[in-house]
Amino acid sequence: MGVSFDVAQIKKDFPLLDQVVHGDKRLVYLDSANTSQKPQAVIDAMSGYYETINANVHRGTYKIAQDATEAMEGARADVARLIGATASKQLVFTKNATEAINLVARSWGGANLQSGDPVVLTMMEHHANIVPWHMLAAERGIELRWIPVTADGQLDLTGIDRLLDGAKFLSFTAMSNVLGTLNPVERLTTLARDAGAMSLVDASQYVPHMPTNVIDMGADFVAFTGHKMLGPTGIGCLWAKEETLEAMPPFLGGGEMILNVTTEGFTTTEIPWKFEAGTPPIAEIVGLGAAARYLESIGMEAIRQHEVELTGYALRTLNERFGDDLTIHGPAEPATRGGVMSIQYKDIHPHDLTQIMDENGVCLRAGHHCAKPLLKSMGANATARASLYLYNDEADVDALGDALEASGDFFSF
Amino acid sequence: MALDDLYREIILDHYRSPRNKGQLPPPAHKVEGFNPLCGDEVILTVLVEEDKVVDVNFDGQGCSISQASASMMTAAVKGKTTAEAREFITAFKGLMSIHKESLDGDDPEAGEAQLRDDEIAVEDTVNPEIKLGDLAALQGVVKYPVRIKCAVLSWNTLVQSLDELAAESA
Ligand SMILES: Cc1ncc(COP(=O)(O)O)c(C=O)c1O
Repeated sequence: MGVSFDVAQIKKDFPLLDQVVHGDKRLVYLDSANTSQKPQAVIDAMSGYYETINANVHRGTYKIAQDATEAMEGARADVARLIGATASKQLVFTKNATEAINLVARSWGGANLQSGDPVVLTMMEHHANIVPWHMLAAERGIELRWIPVTADGQLDLTGIDRLLDGAKFLSFTAMSNVLGTLNPVERLTTLARDAGAMSLVDASQYVPHMPTNVIDMGADFVAFTGHKMLGPTGIGCLWAKEETLEAMPPFLGGGEMILNVTTEGFTTTEIPWKFEAGTPPIAEIVGLGAAARYLESIGMEAIRQHEVELTGYALRTLNERFGDDLTIHGPAEPATRGGVMSIQYKDIHPHDLTQIMDENGVCLRAGHHCAKPLLKSMGANATARASLYLYNDEADVDALGDALEASGDFFSF
Repeated sequence: MALDDLYREIILDHYRSPRNKGQLPPPAHKVEGFNPLCGDEVILTVLVEEDKVVDVNFDGQGCSISQASASMMTAAVKGKTTAEAREFITAFKGLMSIHKESLDGDDPEAGEAQLRDDEIAVEDTVNPEIKLGDLAALQGVVKYPVRIKCAVLSWNTLVQSLDELAAESA
């Protein structure tokens, strides 16, 4: 590990990690792809907000209302900076990534997609980037096309020209939440643009773990979610350029998003608030801002470096220890993947595996990971998934190995 | 260890050597059930003649709890009248501390919302004559709320199957 990255020190920033479960088992949290833990800085920012400046935003003239508004808009600037946005107003706050994608499907899709218009997705999408498009398909008959996945968990781009031919939109994940695969974002957004299609990158698994520059990504939209990047639940983001957002009709209607309302109708306010109807989750926004600053203080390059090394350690040691009994899905080379590992051990069902893991204090998710089409193409109903983050270390990976061994002993028939 | 409560020997035995595994040919009635939580599926083929469950098979993929529960269920209801089978299902759901009302509701998952320690009493809906036998080993599942769905998957599918068969013959 690099000298500047001190995982032992980082662990101390996360109070939840310092506990035992089931009597005497150290809690080993390996489910950050599901939701991440929160550093004290985020918890403090949120309680500090409630303790000192809680007031509704963009309305009051009194001091704490202005402080609250400034805290919210300061957080927007912090997150915008983390992802390389060139202006804060390119960032719309949503409830989560799911709502950000629904916003695009409803607003942009509603205004621009007609019956028969092709929308291209990939076979490794989270349901959040499938169902909104299915809903548009059911409603107005858009055509969904699917980029297939190869046996080693990469996008199969051999037929991409045909798939993009005539397409109006391409929506894809930057990193698979099941396989850890890092997709060729810039290449795909360039291909989409050349084909005359707009594009959305689901960066829910990417922004938390990788140095991100939304301009370099080349997409029209980038969606991500706060709770996977050390922030609280209930807050997510949609990034897009000003002219893109300005050309779109509003999503939800209500307070905050209007310029004027009469008995005849309404006019919308400026972006990004045009897309933020109603009182926003202010404390959550403040918490997300603190998360962005925390990530920045550690450094996304250093975090990525740590995860590449730790993923390499996990792939190497677990494969050595368990050989053919263990399958780790997805790309074999740590530099081409994130720290998300779907594993199959012996013939033990993921539910049974994670149950025994839990008994050993090790938190893993079992299930379809909201990516049923991908699981089906892998020939599985469910997998057990371990995912790493900045606060995980080699001891956590070793604990995973020990828990796997315990499961093997329990289910050795 | 708490795990031994969940994974009783009899459960592991049914998991290792499932009874009535496979699919009966038509005219057996076929229904698929899904656990939306984990994607597991069960395929039940049920042969009812003159209101009697003459034969029943299960197929599909699942964890030890769902497979063992399905295996024990097929063994338990085979040879019973449909009315007896329904009573037995109610008794089993009682063991899983799921109320009668939620059994009758549209949502087969509704039971979980009611799983609180103070709500285990279901005697009023369960025929006390019914002996669950081996199935009582699944009692340990109650302590692991997410796994209850695994245990009841095949039972919900059987309810659906009996309902469809009843509707057909009506
Ligand atoms: C790739 C991907 N997209 C979207 C989501 C949805 O995130 P949220 O549930 O916070 O909207 C997730 C998280 O589960 C994800 O992994």
